Amino acid sequence: MLELDDVKTFYGSIMALKGVSLKIGEGEIITLIGANGAGKSTALMSICGIVPPRSGKILFRGRDISGRDPHGIVSLGISQVPEGRRIFPQLTVMENLDMGAFLRNDKGEIKKDMEHCFELFPILAQRRHQPGGTLSGGEQQMLAISRALMARPRLLLLDEPSLGLAPIFVRLIFKIIEKINREDGTTIFLVEQNAHLALQVAHRGYVMENGRIVLEGSAQSLLNNEDVKRAYLGI
Amino acid sequence: MDYFLELLIGGLTRGSIYALIALGYTMVYGIIELINFAHGEIYMIGAFTALIIASVLTMAGMSGLSVLILASVVAVIYASAYGFTVEKIAYKPLRQAQRLSPLISAIGMSIFLQNYVLIAQTSDFLPFPSLLPELPFMDAYAQFMGSSELIIVATTAVMTIILTLFIKFTKMGKAMRATAQDRNMAMLLGVNVNRVISNTFIIGSALAAVGGILIASHIGRINFYIGFIAGIKAFTAAVLGGIGSIPGAVLGGLILGWTESFATGYVSSDYEDVFAFALLVLILIFRPAGLLGKSTVQKV
Repeated sequence: MLELDDVKTFYGSIMALKGVSLKIGEGEIITLIGANGAGKSTALMSICGIVPPRSGKILFRGRDISGRDPHGIVSLGISQVPEGRRIFPQLTVMENLDMGAFLRNDKGEIKKDMEHCFELFPILAQRRHQPGGTLSGGEQQMLAISRALMARPRLLLLDEPSLGLAPIFVRLIFKIIEKINREDGTTIFLVEQNAHLALQVAHRGYVMENGRIVLEGSAQSLLNNEDVKRAYLGI
Repeated sequence: MDYFLELLIGGLTRGSIYALIALGYTMVYGIIELINFAHGEIYMIGAFTALIIASVLTMAGMSGLSVLILASVVAVIYASAYGFTVEKIAYKPLRQAQRLSPLISAIGMSIFLQNYVLIAQTSDFLPFPSLLPELPFMDAYAQFMGSSELIIVATTAVMTIILTLFIKFTKMGKAMRATAQDRNMAMLLGVNVNRVISNTFIIGSALAAVGGILIASHIGRINFYIGFIAGIKAFTAAVLGGIGSIPGAVLGGLILGWTESFATGYVSSDYEDVFAFALLVLILIFRPAGLLGKSTVQKV
C-alpha cells in the first residue's frame, strides 16, 4: 500500500532522513520505533508532503506521491493523527470533526461517521459543543483519532498517540487502534517511542536510528531481539 | 444634546468605514500574521473604479440606483482581483521567509499602487458623484443623520453579519478558522491553504472596496492618497480591537470613529489624529493584545 524507497529529507542543510526504505502492506499495522530525534516524525511529514523529500520515492498504491501538495496527498486516503494532537483549540468538538471530513461532500454519511466516533468515544458526544482547547489530553487524543477517521482513510498515520497520556487512556487508545484495523480494514502506520506497547499491537516493525532504518522484522522477533530489548524495552 | 447626537452619528459613520477596512486587516493577520499595508490602496482602487464606471455609465445616459449597483459590482470585483494579485505577487513567494520580508514587500506594494494611481489619475482631488440615494423618510432626521450616513451604517452592519455567518457556518469559513489556528494541521486534513489565503484576501478586498465607494460618495471627492490615511486609521482600529478578532475590528473601528468625531467636535479638528493615536497608545499600554484580542503565550 505504501512504499518508501531511499527517501532523503532535509531541514535546511540538515539531513533528517538518510535514505529510508520501508513497506506497508494493505491491512497491516506497522510500527516505527526509535528514540527521540531519530527522524520518525519527519518520516510522517515526508509522507504527507508537509516536508517533501529531496530525493527518493514515496509510492502510495503504486503512484509516486512525493512532491505533491499535502491536500492532494490527503485526498488519496491518507490521514494523520499528529504528534501533540493538534486539535483546533477554538473550534468545537463537532467543528473539529467536520474539519476531518473536509474533503467529503456526502452529508448523510458524514453524520453517520460522526455518530460512529461518538460510539467509539462516548465522552466526545458529551463534549460535542465544547471548544477543543478545553478538553483534557486524553480526550484531545480521542478527538484527534476521530478527526482522522472522519476522512475515511485507507491509511492512518499515528504519531506518538501514547505521549503524555495517563495509562488508562493509553490502553483505551491502543484498543481502539486495533479495533479500527480489525473492523474497518484500515491500514495503520504507528510511530511510537513506547516500543513495548507498539510491538504488542503491530504485525511488523521497523527500528529507526539517526535517520536510518537499522532493524526490521515481525513484531514478535523485534520483541525478542537482544538489541531492541536493551535499547528500547529496558530489559 | 443635538450637537452631541450629531457627533455621535458622525462618529458612527466614520467608524463604520474604518470597521469595513479593518476587517480586511484583521482577517489577513489572523491567517498569515501579516500586516497588509497595501490594504488601504485596495480601498482607494475600489473608489476609483467606481468613479470611472459611474462616469462612463452617466455619460451613456444612465442614472439613479442602477449606476450605483453596476459601479459597485464592478469596483468590488476589480478590487478583489487586485487583492488576490497582490497576495500572489508580493506575499506568496515570501511565505517561508522571515516575518519582516513580507512586511517590507507590503509597504512596497502600497507605495507602488499609490504612485501608479497618481500617474494614471493625477494628484488632484477628483469630484465623486453622490451615488447613494436620498431616502425621503430621513428628511425628518436630517438634522442629525443624512440618508448616506444611514446607508453607510446599515451596509456595514449587514456586511459584518454576513461575514460572521459565513465564517461560523460555511465549510470555507471553518477552513479559514482552522487555517488561522494551525495551518499545517489544516493542510493535513486536506485544506488547500493557498486557496483559503486567496479567499481571505478576496473577501477583505471586497469589503474595503465597498467602504471606498460609500465614503467617496458621502464625502464627494477622492485622490490617490485617501487609501494611505484610511489604511493607517483602519489598521489602528484593528489593533485597538485586537488584531485577528472580527468583532474586535468592528468595535475598534467604532471607538476610533467616535474618538475622532468627539475630539473634532469638542476640541478642535486639528486634534482628531492626536486623540485617535493617543487612544491607541493607551490601549497598547494597558491591553497590549487589544480590547477583544487574546493574549497568547509564546510557546517554546
